[in-house]
Amino acid sequence: MTALILDTITKSFPSAEGPVRVLDGLSLQIAPGSAHALTGDSGSGKSTLLHIAAGLEPAQSGRVLVAGTDLTAQDDAGRAALRRGSLGLIFQQFNLIPSLSVAANLAFQARLAGRHDAAFTDHLADRLGLADLRARYPEQLSGGQQQRVAIGRCLAARPALVLADEPTGNLDEGTGDTVLDLMLELTAEAGAALLLVTHSPRLAARCDHRHHLRAGRLEGGA
Amino acid sequence: MTRIALTALMSHWVRNWLQLAMLLAGLALATALWSGVQALNSEARSAYATAESLLAEGTAERLDHPSGQIAQDRYITLRRAGWQVSPVVEGRHTLGSARVTLVGIEPLTAPQGAGPALAAQDLNAFFAGRAFAHPQTITESGAHDLDLHPSDAVPVGTVLLDIGRAQEMLDTEALSYLHLLQTQPAGMRPLDTLAPDLRRVPAGEGAELGGLTDSFHLNLTAFGLLAFAVGLFIVHSSVGLAFEQRRAMFRTLRALGLPLRTLTACLAAEMLVFALIAGVVGLVLGHLLASFLMPDVALTLRGLYGAPVPGVLQFNPIWAASGLAMTLGGAALAGAQALWRLWHLPILAPAQPRAWARASARGMRLQGGVALALAVLAIALTLGGDGLLTGFGLLAAALLAAALAVPLVLAALLRLAQRGARGPVAEWFWADSRQNMPRLSLALMALMLALAANIGVGTMVASFRATFIDWLDLRLAAELNVMPASAQEAAALHPYLSDRADAVLPMMRVDATLKGQPGQIYAMKDHASFRDNWPLIDPVPDAWDRLAAGEGVLVNEQLYRRAGLQSGADTLDLPGVGALPVLGAYADYGNPLAQAVLTLPQFQAAYPDAPVRQFAIRTSDAAGLTASLQEEFGLSSAQITDQAHARDLSMSIFERTFVITRALNVLTLSVAALALFAALVTLAGMRLAQLAPLWALGLTARRLAGLELARALVLGALTMVLALPVGLMLAQVLLSVINVQAFGWRLPLQVFPADWARLALWAMLAVLAAASLPALQLARQGPADLLRVFSRDR
Repeated sequence: MTALILDTITKSFPSAEGPVRVLDGLSLQIAPGSAHALTGDSGSGKSTLLHIAAGLEPAQSGRVLVAGTDLTAQDDAGRAALRRGSLGLIFQQFNLIPSLSVAANLAFQARLAGRHDAAFTDHLADRLGLADLRARYPEQLSGGQQQRVAIGRCLAARPALVLADEPTGNLDEGTGDTVLDLMLELTAEAGAALLLVTHSPRLAARCDHRHHLRAGRLEGGA
Repeated sequence: MTRIALTALMSHWVRNWLQLAMLLAGLALATALWSGVQALNSEARSAYATAESLLAEGTAERLDHPSGQIAQDRYITLRRAGWQVSPVVEGRHTLGSARVTLVGIEPLTAPQGAGPALAAQDLNAFFAGRAFAHPQTITESGAHDLDLHPSDAVPVGTVLLDIGRAQEMLDTEALSYLHLLQTQPAGMRPLDTLAPDLRRVPAGEGAELGGLTDSFHLNLTAFGLLAFAVGLFIVHSSVGLAFEQRRAMFRTLRALGLPLRTLTACLAAEMLVFALIAGVVGLVLGHLLASFLMPDVALTLRGLYGAPVPGVLQFNPIWAASGLAMTLGGAALAGAQALWRLWHLPILAPAQPRAWARASARGMRLQGGVALALAVLAIALTLGGDGLLTGFGLLAAALLAAALAVPLVLAALLRLAQRGARGPVAEWFWADSRQNMPRLSLALMALMLALAANIGVGTMVASFRATFIDWLDLRLAAELNVMPASAQEAAALHPYLSDRADAVLPMMRVDATLKGQPGQIYAMKDHASFRDNWPLIDPVPDAWDRLAAGEGVLVNEQLYRRAGLQSGADTLDLPGVGALPVLGAYADYGNPLAQAVLTLPQFQAAYPDAPVRQFAIRTSDAAGLTASLQEEFGLSSAQITDQAHARDLSMSIFERTFVITRALNVLTLSVAALALFAALVTLAGMRLAQLAPLWALGLTARRLAGLELARALVLGALTMVLALPVGLMLAQVLLSVINVQAFGWRLPLQVFPADWARLALWAMLAVLAAASLPALQLARQGPADLLRVFSRDR
């Protein structure tokens, strides 16, 4: 089953000069286990596309199917359930839950989805180099460590699709590379599909498929 | 540079106007409640001063007789002997539709004072019948044939007139007392040989209104201070949260080159402007509040102490200035911490929530230490202290200790709940509640204080009420009370009543100083009505028999406790009688004066001139006897009161006494609800960044809003539970320490769980109301608002 189908998606934003169409009939399919990179200039609509794919923002027209479920037909609760069960989100700013420990953050989404597997979470923590940090709180970690927790939190829930929005944007190049390596490796290991939004061609080159967003449409797909 | 810095600082309030409104509302309400109470106190004190200055009570000595009456020829004798004395006649009289006190003076001999000065304006008119009264008294009295002229120098409820006219209206030829002028000729016969039975009362001793009502005003002040403190919690909370929100701005301004001194001065100036604006609004609200409450306070003071207080409030500039000074002081207190933190803020301080929580944890430990120290102080005061101020000190220390302990106890409870939580959302709910505790702690402390005050004062009033009703039912055993208009009428009534009633119990009294306190000595006929219905405190064995045998006195609880008397061990010195053993004490609620009871024959022997003021009648036919008294003696309905009427009157005075307490209670709780609302509204803006990731992870905005609402209710409920023991402690201190010191009586603590349930319901509704708007805003939060959190990533 295809992990993500975006079918002729359109989205406009109002502006002083009239509506600006950021997505103009855009379509994309992502197969399970594949890694796709999405690049584009600032303001080209990369994050909007990601938000629509995650059900965080509605499209004006078109259909979004995540793991076979039509997201556009769902109400708020349905979209929330889909995010819990099938999607994993990774943000540039990590967005960990500051009141919970690393261990609780790692297990959080898996427990929300009712799929918590302590052994798997421990395995991920080991792989991400977080085994000794589980009792700490997010603000006691470096940026790279925080992003590794965010990746672990996402993958521990065994999502069908991982959506990552500039996941290394807040990290230095060396740390960013390490984090990306881990993300790609573990996503592939888990059999999840990945859509990575980045403006770095260097990082995009490490994915199986690359798309460039320009004037509301995708270019490439190699 | 300063202007630009100020513009930057103010921009925060422009974008967060609701938060600004809360800050100003908190400060304005705190000022309003404090200054409102002070306005009431100031108006009452000014009325006492008017009463005392009418006849220069503070400067002239008095001569009086224990019977309360001096024959006119005694006055003439003293004048002829060269003594400079001036006669005064005082008495209650029904004038039109009001009961007033007539004060008759002789202006040519009277010492200086506002009364004689008024009379001197036109002596001929005064002698011809011109009288003076407060404008409120003139309005209340309606139609009558007295030539009344308005004057603010005359206390409310008093009519000043010529002594001859007063005697005529009061149907008496006697004088009430004589003023002894300060300057006397030399070489006269001493007073103790010329008039040995007259008592010389030093200047000012006869006018104890200020002293008698001090405890009432202290109670009001304490409540005003509590409300002010609760209001300051809002301000402190708003200022603290605004500091957190602007922490990044402060760092940026510092990094851009703004000197720390300038930034601190700007923040202080901002606080000063807010304090001035809120202070003025608060004064206006305070004046309105006081005007609203003044009629009840006036009735209470008149009912409890006979204090002539007008029901209308006058504007007093000194009150306004002191109210504004209090606001500025309060604002400085509430803002001091923010200024201190700004002064010590490193430019590169991290702005992470848990970091703040950890910094707050250090503050919490310090807070715990202060709470412990205050608790120790409260215990020390309980064990070793004495006096009304010590009682209030104990209350303040205990309440503050409890308030400071609230966040610590709540954090511990939340930690326990987190341990027992099942499921990620529940776990997050408790952990997140604990993390946000520092931001909510001030509002929750304010809520705890308000709830504890409600429980404490409510329990005290309800306990008092229950005790008072039981006491009243016993005290009002007589079916009828008859008040003779004169000694002649009393003499005629006594045999008539004796023939027709089951028992006639004459009530006679004289004024006296008892153990240095102003008081009265009463006569009591030995009768089962007293033996059966007056439960005694610490009685000696066979107390009633010994009283009947003239072997001692009974005293009221006020005198017993204030003078530290011991039944059987101590004696009481009575003028004209000598020292008699104290046989026991009796409850005497609502009476500010000391009181002693002698058996009737002993009283009549000691004070043969004392008139019968009232007959308490035991009869099985109250209606028939009333009708025959009216027919035979032409007694007015005002002279005969039945049991039900007396009970209603006492209860209405009781209820009025606590009207202001209840009003302040409700207002304090409202201010606390506002504090919580202010904190939650401010927090809501900061919470979005914490909640958006959860929404992105699959929790709907509606569910998150529900959880926010649940959090407020859980914290409110826990605060209510914590407030319960604190409130009961407060009630216990009020009943066993403050009341004993202020009024002289001790009451048993009774619990009223239904009242607590009602209060809990109100508290939960207040919390629900406070939390609803932020929760509703969150539930209606569109994806765009939540996504903005993630957009800030870039």
